[in-house]
Amino acid sequence: MKLLTLLVDGIAYGMVLFVLASGLSVTLGLMNVINLAHGAFAMAGGYAAVVLMQKAGLPFIWTLPAAFVLTALAGAVLERLLYRPIYAKSHLDQVMFSIGLVFMAVAGIDYLMGSTQQFIQLPGWLQGRFDIAGVAVGRYRLFVIVLCGLLAFGLQWGFTRTRFGSRLRAAVDDARVARGLGIPVHALFAFTFALGSGLAGLGGVLGVELLGLDPSFPLKFMIYFLVVVTVGGTSTITGPFLAAMLLGIADVAGKYFIPQVGAFIIYALMVVLLLLRPDGLFARQRT
Amino acid sequence: MLNDRIRARLAASRRWHPAEFVLWGLALAAVFLLPRQLLILNEIAILALFAISLDLILGYAGLVSLGHAAFLGVGAYAAGLLAIHVTADPLAGLAFGTLAAALAGLVTCPLVLKGNDLTRLMVTLGISMLLLELANSFGSITGGADGLQGITMAPLLGLFEFDLMGRTAYLYSLAVLFLLFLLARRIVHSPFGLSLRAIRDNPLRAAAAGVPATRRLTAVYTLAAAYAGAAGALLAQTTQFVSLDVLAFHRSADLMLVLIIGGAGYLYGGIIGALAFKILQDAIATVTPQYWQFWIGLLLVLFVLGGREILHGGVMALVRRGAALFSRRRKAP
Repeated sequence: MKLLTLLVDGIAYGMVLFVLASGLSVTLGLMNVINLAHGAFAMAGGYAAVVLMQKAGLPFIWTLPAAFVLTALAGAVLERLLYRPIYAKSHLDQVMFSIGLVFMAVAGIDYLMGSTQQFIQLPGWLQGRFDIAGVAVGRYRLFVIVLCGLLAFGLQWGFTRTRFGSRLRAAVDDARVARGLGIPVHALFAFTFALGSGLAGLGGVLGVELLGLDPSFPLKFMIYFLVVVTVGGTSTITGPFLAAMLLGIADVAGKYFIPQVGAFIIYALMVVLLLLRPDGLFARQRT
Repeated sequence: MLNDRIRARLAASRRWHPAEFVLWGLALAAVFLLPRQLLILNEIAILALFAISLDLILGYAGLVSLGHAAFLGVGAYAAGLLAIHVTADPLAGLAFGTLAAALAGLVTCPLVLKGNDLTRLMVTLGISMLLLELANSFGSITGGADGLQGITMAPLLGLFEFDLMGRTAYLYSLAVLFLLFLLARRIVHSPFGLSLRAIRDNPLRAAAAGVPATRRLTAVYTLAAAYAGAAGALLAQTTQFVSLDVLAFHRSADLMLVLIIGGAGYLYGGIIGALAFKILQDAIATVTPQYWQFWIGLLLVLFVLGGREILHGGVMALVRRGAALFSRRRKAP
């Protein structure tokens, strides 16, 4: 039964990772931009929630949409001001640019909020555990699974069933041809970037309880997002979703059964998977 | 006919420019001119060697890496462990650290060469993180978070004791930097170096012209790893301490900034960049010791957004004007 509890923990963890990284996979696939600063948006969302709860007394549940809107706005502004000039630059330039942003975010948050870990007070109805058929399941974890599951479902629906989604997929497949057909690729991208930043911010709030929140968050979880994106591929929603699940469960199980090797398993898993499938584990075959 | 022309071009590029003599002369003269700054000069020499290592793969072969600190760490731990358990001789430690890192480079090279830029960035980052986790987990060997303590070095060549002022340390690091620089200079101006640039600029055409890309890239990657290992060994020996910090991500990121400041693809970029970076770091650290990372980040962002072109353009214009002034004065009488 302990195993099932672990499995639920792993799924909840993976769900949060998916929400955090889903925006990254689309921006990477659409504009071929490597944005290592994605975690900074997640951190911003987390800190926004902490401040809103502590200073403004906002209930936890309202901090979720608030963090989403705030980070989405921040993403839209930064995309327009900072990111647009670097699309045409080399991958290396993009990496250095986004590492620079991460360093600034880490030091900036340290300056504003201090370097200690932040906590949030969950409302009473999210504390404690359920007992489902003898398996102890944390209420908050169940809440996260349901919420993120709905989000993933919504994203998948939007991506495959709407006009917006089909334009987006067309642009990811071949941006030049899509532009030739009159699809406004830049506007699509700006919107997706904002959406992805907002989702990262939302994931950041949900993750305060599960992943922890301190100024080193963007650096600590950078590799996790990258694993989700590279292993999951950039052309679907289900790819990153499955990759995030795999990563979440492997990480939770690894830390439980063999704690002494720490994060070793994640890095080893990533290197091995990248070697076996350089284009991602769930990449669509191009025909 | 073509062969002769290529040979002549390579020979011309190997010729020494007067400014190069001035640079190395100044580096040597610094021992007497700046006797109080020898410890930081030693750090600059080591960082320059580390930067030359990255320049070899990034500037000449076009291989991106986010985890070059892995080889610095391997070299540092190898040299430190040898000094503690086997022999305190500095040169033996240097050779051992260099070889250990070269071996690590050779082993990991197939992983790095596979895939595109994106997977390469991630695999190099993953490998350095793996090593960091390993060094942290095997605390009984590496000292874990406390670092590797108790390194004492024997006198260099049995003659020169390592002093507190860092005089021996600086001269030692400078000598190693100079010798390895000479080797790198010879290599990049050889047909081998030319073929690396061909692979960097157009891999498909290079392959069609019969350049064995995988073998060439493996060779230069191993060489670069060896250079980084030498830098790590120097770091461990001259500071007599190795901590997990040598494998940390910020080492690799700082190194990128060094090469951006100095410019990649001409070897001196690493040296000039290391000098500028350390001076900058020192200056910022005296103003805001705690948030110095913020300014590094800002510099990275500004450099990518166009500061690099402005800086390098300005420097080149100055150099051109200086050269014009120089040649006019020579013609005048």
